[in-house]
Amino acid sequence: MKSLFKGVLAAAALAVSAIGFGPAEAQTPPGVLVVGQIAEPKSLDPAAVTAVNDFRILMNVYDGLVRYKDGTLEVEPALAKSWTISDDGTVYTFSLRDGVTFHDGTPFNAEAVKYNFDRMLDEDHPEHDTGPFPLSFFFSAVEEVEVVDDLTVKFQLNAPYAPFLSNLAYPTGLIVSPTAVREGGADYGRNPVGTGPFKFAEWESNAKVVVVRNDDYWEDPAKLEAVVFRPITDANTRVAELMAGGIDLMVEVPPDSLTQLSGDDNFSVYEQAGPHLWFLILNLKEGPFKDKKVRQAINYAIDKKALVENVLQGTAEIATGPTPPAFAWAYNEQLQPYPHDVEKAKQLIKEAGAEGAEVVFYVTEGGSGMLDPVPMGAAIQADLAQIGLTVAIETYEWNTFLGKVNPGLEGKADMAEMAWMTNDPDTLPYLALRTDAWPDKGGFNSGYYSNPEVDKLLEAARSSTDQAERAKLYREMQEIVYDDAPWAFIANWKQNAVSSTLVDGFKLQPSFFLLLDDVVKN
Amino acid sequence: MHVYILRRLILMVPVLLGLTVIVFLIMSMIPGDPALAILGSYATPENVAKLRADLGLDKTMVEQYWIWLTNMLQGDFGRSYSLNRPVLDEILERFGATLILAGTSLVLCTIFGLLTGVISAVRQYGWADKALTFAVLIGISVPSFWLGLLLMMFFAVELRWLPVSGMYAIYGGGDLPDLIRHLILPSITLAVVATGIIARLTRSNMLEVLRQDFIRTARAKGLDENRVIYRHAFKAALVNVIPVIGVQAGFVLGGAVYIETVFQWPGIGRMLVNAISTRDILLVQGGVVLVAGSYVLFNLFADVIQHLLDPRVKA
Repeated sequence: MKSLFKGVLAAAALAVSAIGFGPAEAQTPPGVLVVGQIAEPKSLDPAAVTAVNDFRILMNVYDGLVRYKDGTLEVEPALAKSWTISDDGTVYTFSLRDGVTFHDGTPFNAEAVKYNFDRMLDEDHPEHDTGPFPLSFFFSAVEEVEVVDDLTVKFQLNAPYAPFLSNLAYPTGLIVSPTAVREGGADYGRNPVGTGPFKFAEWESNAKVVVVRNDDYWEDPAKLEAVVFRPITDANTRVAELMAGGIDLMVEVPPDSLTQLSGDDNFSVYEQAGPHLWFLILNLKEGPFKDKKVRQAINYAIDKKALVENVLQGTAEIATGPTPPAFAWAYNEQLQPYPHDVEKAKQLIKEAGAEGAEVVFYVTEGGSGMLDPVPMGAAIQADLAQIGLTVAIETYEWNTFLGKVNPGLEGKADMAEMAWMTNDPDTLPYLALRTDAWPDKGGFNSGYYSNPEVDKLLEAARSSTDQAERAKLYREMQEIVYDDAPWAFIANWKQNAVSSTLVDGFKLQPSFFLLLDDVVKN
Repeated sequence: MHVYILRRLILMVPVLLGLTVIVFLIMSMIPGDPALAILGSYATPENVAKLRADLGLDKTMVEQYWIWLTNMLQGDFGRSYSLNRPVLDEILERFGATLILAGTSLVLCTIFGLLTGVISAVRQYGWADKALTFAVLIGISVPSFWLGLLLMMFFAVELRWLPVSGMYAIYGGGDLPDLIRHLILPSITLAVVATGIIARLTRSNMLEVLRQDFIRTARAKGLDENRVIYRHAFKAALVNVIPVIGVQAGFVLGGAVYIETVFQWPGIGRMLVNAISTRDILLVQGGVVLVAGSYVLFNLFADVIQHLLDPRVKA
């Protein structure tokens, strides 16, 4: 008995000494940045992905013709040195940077640009089957891409389309190496080749994606030798890895941990408001929300301050209207968020004769940009109970939820949670507020809002290439939508990240991208 | 003997076939559309319909099942939507990781469960018994994912003795000691509940056996106490404990789903959870078929071994 016990102890001691415990564990080497990602990337083919998680890697491997200027959502040259836009706004001619090559040695030129867009948009293209390309509609205005000469490429649009440049700066517009796509076929997404500051080196499933510095980068080479992206799906584990030194930088820190880490000298906390809107879609076709007064009442009744401060613990700001303030140039600063005013809400409900109405509320369990949807839904339910509305919550898992909401709320629900992250002030209102964007017409206006004035403003804004003119139109649109209240405007999310203090030069971008070429690790 | 094995092998065919039907039916009953999962929030009904056609989801269930089954019989499990790589590659890679974790846990819970049970029984009502019974009770009651986080915070974050997560170090790792260091926390966490169950059962079986006549006889013959306990009593008790260890093997595999998520172990459990949430039907179907298929195979092995040891056991 005793000898057996001793034997086990001895074996355990031996094992321990053989493995070698030691506090040296989990130190990442200098010059290599380890980033904790929220999930395994789906693919590293920029045309094929939709998730911010994947964009964070892509932006370091690829360049687009244009990009967002540091810290803004304004477009500046990248692989294109300059461009001209025809007076009618339908022809964009880009002159390309000379002497740039892809990581595999393929020269970057007009042919390569044409190849990229043909692959995405032309169903007969030999490599079109490397898709699907879920965001290719960003470029649906493109009629034809024409090679003028080796370093000049011309995009012919079927109508003026102002968001075109900003869509080119989005990951869907990043330029991939044609040779690599031809060789890789369906596997290209796991063997990506771009022109960016980092070259793809390795993708070990479920463990890491490694990119190394591209010394031949057309701009100043990156300061880091390499970046390792580690998928760590469990948020608590991600925080534990950061605290143990297993990763240097993590994004999407849970609110609780953010509070804890911001009080710790070993870590730097970053926050940045992004172009995100969390809102409630209201059903205008039937039920109590047909009446504008009831919709406004909802906006008054919801205690948005309590939501962003208590439920979201300060990780979001109160939203005002359909356009997030991150689109500074197009945002209407005259508008103030609907104040929390229960009396006013009650009065509006009374005027509308909607006292004691019962509404069905679709809530999701999670999903892209949805923050903390279940507690938020419950808090909103409680707020609406205060003005005498009975809210029946129906909770669905994200995919099921989208399957119910996107085809329209008619006959099913009176309101639904939703969140969008976009790159241009055009995207959300154009796809979700126009009459022509009702679900039966292929849009995302699931609440059937319709205002001819808004329709006109949005169409005009998208075909104008003058930014000041567009800004004016968007501001006007916001005023109308604010008053019509087809949605309850709730919150704009502040993205966050935490790094160890060894990391220097890191900045969050309003685009939600992770740009690492200027980051230093000591 | 050969006839027996052959008969068992032939019997496996309808079992596996039934399994594929059940897996297929369950996956088609889960709400949510893979096309929506791929296209994300930007999915217009039109694009969804197009992608569904491309993926063959607009075919009838019978057609879909037939295509899936015939492809699978030729070794083609399809391509994962969410990972954009062949299902079989992904599953085989993951399955190995799960076997390492679950296998280690099974060894741990067997050794420590038996040891604890025997000590408790031999020292019935002594302080060792009381302490161990208390520990076992805690082990059984504590939720594994919580225990996992607790161990992680203490041994990995505070003391920094062991890695927080993953299967190998990001740098310079990859050898056996590296694997073992990464295995310690998850395998212990995973083994705790099963250890408790095995310990309880061993204790009660041992107590029962120790009261029996043949033990009294052995002692009366003047045998050494260690010999009485290990040669006679333990052996007799083990007969009843072994089937339970077999059952625990199943639980350990099931529990691996949580543990793999907490410790980011790249196993099949974590893969299945992700695949279900992204509606990656082919990946789920393939994964379940392979896991369940290997259960059937393990069962066959066990039965054959039992049959070899004791011919009275019939198929």
